[in-house]
Amino acid sequence: MTLYLLRRLGAVAAILLVICAVTFVIFYVVPSDPAVQACGKTCTPERVAEVRAQMGLDRPVWEQFGAYVVGIFAGRTLAAGVECGFPCLGFSYQNSLPVWDLLIDRLGTSVSLAIGAAALWLVIGLSVGVISALRRGSALDRTLMVTTLTSASLPVYFVAMLLLLFAVRVTGLLPYPAYVELTEDPVAWASNLILPWVTLAALYAAMYARLSRAQMIETMAEPYIRTARAKGLHERTVVTKHGMRAAVTPIVTIFGMDLGGLLAGAMITETVFGLPGIGRLAYDGIVKADQPVILGTTLLAAFFIVLANLLVDLVYAVIDPRVRYS
Amino acid sequence: MTALAPPAAAPVAAAGRSPSRLVWERLRRDRAARFGLIVVALFVLIALSAPLLTKLNGWSPYDFDPTAIDKELAGVPKGALGGISAEHWLGVEPVSGRDIFSRIVYGARISLLISALATVVSVLLGTTFGLLAGYFGGWVDAAISRVMDLLMSFPSLIFMIALISVIPDGDRVTLLVCIMGGFGWPYIGRIVRGQAITVKHREYVEAARVGGAMGGGLLFREILPNITAPILVYATLSIPANIGTEAALSFLGVGVRPPTASWGQMIQESMLWYEVDPMYFIVPGLCLFLTVLAFTLLGDALRDAIDPKGARR
Amino acid sequence: MILQVQDLSVSFGDIQVVDGVSFGVQRGRTLGIVGESGSGKSVSSLAVLGLHRDAAVTGSIVFDGEELVGAPAEQLRRLRGSRMAMIFQDPLSSLHPFYTVGEQIAEAYRLHRRTSRKVARERAVEMLAEVGIPEPRRRAGEHQHRFSGGMRQRVMIAMALACEPDLLIADEPTTALDVTVQAQILELIARIQAERGLAVIMITHDLGVVARIADEVLVMYGGRTAEHARSRAVFKDTRHPYTRGLLDSAPGAVQETGGRLRAIPGSPPSPLEPPSGCRFHPRCPSAMEVCAAERPALLGADHKVACHLEGVTL
Repeated sequence: MTLYLLRRLGAVAAILLVICAVTFVIFYVVPSDPAVQACGKTCTPERVAEVRAQMGLDRPVWEQFGAYVVGIFAGRTLAAGVECGFPCLGFSYQNSLPVWDLLIDRLGTSVSLAIGAAALWLVIGLSVGVISALRRGSALDRTLMVTTLTSASLPVYFVAMLLLLFAVRVTGLLPYPAYVELTEDPVAWASNLILPWVTLAALYAAMYARLSRAQMIETMAEPYIRTARAKGLHERTVVTKHGMRAAVTPIVTIFGMDLGGLLAGAMITETVFGLPGIGRLAYDGIVKADQPVILGTTLLAAFFIVLANLLVDLVYAVIDPRVRYS
Repeated sequence: MTALAPPAAAPVAAAGRSPSRLVWERLRRDRAARFGLIVVALFVLIALSAPLLTKLNGWSPYDFDPTAIDKELAGVPKGALGGISAEHWLGVEPVSGRDIFSRIVYGARISLLISALATVVSVLLGTTFGLLAGYFGGWVDAAISRVMDLLMSFPSLIFMIALISVIPDGDRVTLLVCIMGGFGWPYIGRIVRGQAITVKHREYVEAARVGGAMGGGLLFREILPNITAPILVYATLSIPANIGTEAALSFLGVGVRPPTASWGQMIQESMLWYEVDPMYFIVPGLCLFLTVLAFTLLGDALRDAIDPKGARR
Repeated sequence: MILQVQDLSVSFGDIQVVDGVSFGVQRGRTLGIVGESGSGKSVSSLAVLGLHRDAAVTGSIVFDGEELVGAPAEQLRRLRGSRMAMIFQDPLSSLHPFYTVGEQIAEAYRLHRRTSRKVARERAVEMLAEVGIPEPRRRAGEHQHRFSGGMRQRVMIAMALACEPDLLIADEPTTALDVTVQAQILELIARIQAERGLAVIMITHDLGVVARIADEVLVMYGGRTAEHARSRAVFKDTRHPYTRGLLDSAPGAVQETGGRLRAIPGSPPSPLEPPSGCRFHPRCPSAMEVCAAERPALLGADHKVACHLEGVTL
């Protein structure tokens, strides 16, 4: 077991290293002058030269990369007097802050967005899916499936803007979203995040509803469901304890991956709603060609995805007994 | 002696219909599939005949029409519903006064072109690498599988945006096609690889039993029919995904360069105007929605038609 | 008669799968229902347990004095698992993959007897021991894929008998098993039957199984009764051409006929397009004109046969 875990962690590290290298090459090697881009458009030539020296751009590429990677763990001295401890992901000249600090500052928003939406879409998606499956072929089933198909086909930003139009402008039900810390004011935190949550959840809930419906239909046709009924169990026990348990389990994998992908920021949703999350940071960084920020956000996103992958595999081994023995 | 009664009610021998005939017939009966097919055909037609349509309309997607917008009100289109009139069938864009119908029609061209080509790229790459990995096995398989895992772990949206913004200006369309295709191929690659391995094992067993050698050509001929169906289903479902991705990239400003028309970009511009001119975002949004919906319906129906015992209906 | 079925018919929409079948079982006795796939044998027994969701069931099913046709679902549910139980053909897919074997056995016991978890768990271990599973306490905590085919079927039997039912319906319990294991399972069922006075309905297409353990045999074809008599009578005094065909095509028959195996030509009828008159006439070597026109009545007292030949040959 520990051997397996070590092997997986090794794979995680390897993947992150490769992603880091690829990103590094793209942003430090490909552009004509990374220093100019990192520093920004408003920089004087002297400042650019400073930045170039600090970024170590006069050194060979692999040395730069090596320094970067080592720097992540050992820390580096960036500008005069700016120490960068573990994990050191570089310095954003355009924001005048270490990248890590920027990320931490914004992590709360992205995580709030991701988890709230995830809870919403999981509950709605699974309920709709299971109910549709049990009432397969009925008018309710057909209606729900049409609704989910519609919801899944609408682009995220379209939904976001429709919601903004109706909830904020036309009816004035909700305020224009601005992020409030959970610790500051839970009610405001939630009411500001409702629209973004619903926007994200609409898309994912639709997918999960269709997925869980298919799984549930397949599961309820299995012989062991017939056995459960033959034992004289209540129908609700058959459906929940025997049916849903088997049907929903494979969805855990997908949920883990989706959540992992979202934790590192939902770029479009954050942009449309103006939320200060990591996705927004990444987008701004790309637009302004702020290399260290791009590298930092990409690494963080990859980290979450790979970690989610690993966790999902481990969790799955716990909940599906068949996997344990393979 | 009793006569043997003729087998009057012997079970009807299954008429020898080819699998593709069966699939086609199942599709035909599916109402949702018919709707999807019609809408898809409509948009494809629109996209193909874009130049013709704009000639009919009288406006190219790049023509400005200052008479259609109200300069006093910061460039809002004159008239209701975003300036819909006999002149401008779907209204005009604020400030620029460009005809929305023409831009939508050319936008369809861009969306469908890029998505279709990206799908072709994914399918080609995925099939090639999947076959190589499955057929050769060993370190070839290990290497290709690692690459596939890696690609699937990339935060693709960030990467695509970053790549596009870094690479110097060239042909955006080609760039988008290559990048989207490059990130999409592992999904079909895995499926093809799986099929190749299954067939290879079957042949192994067969060859071992008969004591002969395994023919490479024979192998490909065996694998091909097994992968046609999943490839078809994947392609039909990958197109709406690509349409969505291209629109998202355009929305974020890294899609095709203006003044080329793109639905996603129109929606982005419409963000500023959604309160006073909601039509500006509803029209392209609706088009996007219908196209994605239609392709998804078609893809789902195709999947059901090919594998009816899949419990999806 | 713990179970008495009269004139049972089961249809799914327009399709009639079982057409006027009658049979009964007594405590301590075994009824074997024989037929090819599509003969309606499984559908009949599922109807006895009330396990059909969208079927129209007519006729009479009386279990220990209670009429089950038309009875409320809750009444049927209470009987299932506690007074009448069923085991199925493929134990691999008939047991839940996610719960331990012990949990699945205890589940029904706990529900029907309203005991605590602990008592139910003990009962599960008891049952596993009774069906001959070594180290029952340890095995009760394992999942079904850790068991071999034969062991799994024993687990199913343990699960079915936990609440001490009066009737056990076994639907092709040995078909998926090796020949040696088959014998063991049949012996197990026979032993438990002797110990508890269990009534058993054994559904199978294998005459060998029937010959071994059935006291009475019901031969079904195309949803109808072809022949219904005591076991010995069916084997020694075969009256229906279909039964004759089955016996002739059984592997053991080669020695008797001294020649080649004679399979019944053609294939079983589809319920979508059933043959007219006697369902078997298209494949019957002795078919007459009337066979295609009229449905033969089920005649006889102890030895019932539905065949037009019955009236002709005396």
